[in-house]
Amino acid sequence: MAISIEEVQKIARLARIKLTPEEEQRHAETISVVLDYMEILNEVDTSGIEPTARVTGLSNIYREDVVEECNIKDDLKNIWAEKDGDELKVPAVFNEESEE
Amino acid sequence: MQLNELTIKEAREGLDRGDFTAVELTQACLDRIKERNPEINAFITVCEEQALLDAKEADKKIKAKIGGPLVGIPFAVKDAICTKGVRSTASAKILDNYIPPYDATVITRLKEAGAILLGKNNCDAFGHGASNENSMYGPVRNPRDLSKVAGGSSGGSAAAVADNMCLFAIGEDTGGSIRQPASFCGVVGLRPSYGRNSRYGVMPMASSLDTVGPFTKTVEDTALIESIIAGQDKLDATTVPDVVADYPQEILQDIEGMRVGVPKEYFEIEGIDEEVKKITEEQIENLKKKGCKIIDVSLPYTKYALAVYYILVPSEDSSNLGRMDTVRYGVQVKGKNLEELYTLSRAQGFPEEVKRRILIGTYALSAGYYDAYYKKAQQVRTLIKRDFDEVFKKVDVLITPTSPFPAFGIGEKAFDPLAMYLADIMVSPANVAGMPAVSVPGGMTASGLPVGIHIIGPRMGEGAVLRIGNNINK
Repeated sequence: MAISIEEVQKIARLARIKLTPEEEQRHAETISVVLDYMEILNEVDTSGIEPTARVTGLSNIYREDVVEECNIKDDLKNIWAEKDGDELKVPAVFNEESEE
Repeated sequence: MQLNELTIKEAREGLDRGDFTAVELTQACLDRIKERNPEINAFITVCEEQALLDAKEADKKIKAKIGGPLVGIPFAVKDAICTKGVRSTASAKILDNYIPPYDATVITRLKEAGAILLGKNNCDAFGHGASNENSMYGPVRNPRDLSKVAGGSSGGSAAAVADNMCLFAIGEDTGGSIRQPASFCGVVGLRPSYGRNSRYGVMPMASSLDTVGPFTKTVEDTALIESIIAGQDKLDATTVPDVVADYPQEILQDIEGMRVGVPKEYFEIEGIDEEVKKITEEQIENLKKKGCKIIDVSLPYTKYALAVYYILVPSEDSSNLGRMDTVRYGVQVKGKNLEELYTLSRAQGFPEEVKRRILIGTYALSAGYYDAYYKKAQQVRTLIKRDFDEVFKKVDVLITPTSPFPAFGIGEKAFDPLAMYLADIMVSPANVAGMPAVSVPGGMTASGLPVGIHIIGPRMGEGAVLRIGNNINK
């Protein structure tokens, strides 16, 4: 298997997704198959080949920083996960229980 | 013929002549959605009330002869594209309650041209899939055969157009998500060159490959829609300044003497369906009769494109979807601390395939693996792009099947991710290189399933691919 359950657990933690033991097993199996398929790229000699990150040839696009009307205050408020009138709540970002 | 069965061109003429009203046309689409959506599941949200109000306004404009080119024309949009005031879930429960405060630029342009938004189309969640089975709102069924998938990821948009629930739809194509479902459902689907159409307001999947484009019933209609939505956008710095060609005019030009390349690698793909091959070859013969020069060509790096694609996409995906933390918007699941809020919300809000892509991407980008996967894939991407650049010195367009096989059964590949990924084998190379490509209905298999013909062009070659597409025999 190209990727172990322990590695799946590690990347799931990095990606902030809680997986069940069954999911860990399934992902280890299916991701291994996918990674095996990727091996095909080892056939290609890429020494001295520049990587391509974009295909447009554009770089450093600038524009004037213009102040515009933006009346979406209420819309933004309405989609907020938790609120109390005009107060927008967010979960505590620093807390003692955090394992970080 | 029912009003909802009209093409955009026919509807435009009928509306302008006063044969029927925009309200009648919109109502005909809404009736069709009501009748067929319970079975096909092409729509997650339908904006009945607003659509009819918009249609009333459109009728006033038509009467006063002041509307844009699409005034009174009803359309639908993939749910991964933001629509102001209309819920946009990307088919994932994490955004079940998300109502965007703004329109994507393509939507703004279509509304300015007078088009009427009917609703939002089901898709594979965040565009992850080739069958529309990875939606948390259920799979989309193929209107041509309800036991088959509609294709994906923009399956709902393809099915809605094929089943006459709308006159056109807007989808998103990262590695075939417009063309493959268009092929499976028997409609026209265009993936423009990367950078041709604005991605502003489109939920990002793989930012270096994503494109937005139309589904229509005819190539003529695609040319019209593309001419309206294409062009530079100050809100998307990756859009190119190139002038937008007059596509509706360009497709009418003679194709005599055009050089059509047949890349042999695409016809040697393992598991290619014999009927699909035969129909494609018949269409090549037909183009030859119409005066095209048919030229055998080779794109030697084709066989590596899918592996490149499935490294680049999950990598960029995992990064893009990092924003889905539910802290500000989305469906929050409380935990005992912040980390648990993230891990539980993402566990419940993403379907299995989204999790798999994020995991693959996180792995490929992690320390020690970056060079072996992401960088290697970007280097091979350079070689694939060179393949295309070289071949377009010799030919004007390339022709291949859109998919190696017609629509497959619901459930057939659902538990085999690699088999599902392989469904993108014909369509993903053009995306890796940023080329435009269209899928046009080219025929039917003996069992009545549509087969799409895939025409790929050089960057900014939308006019050429549509021109050839317009000459594919119906």
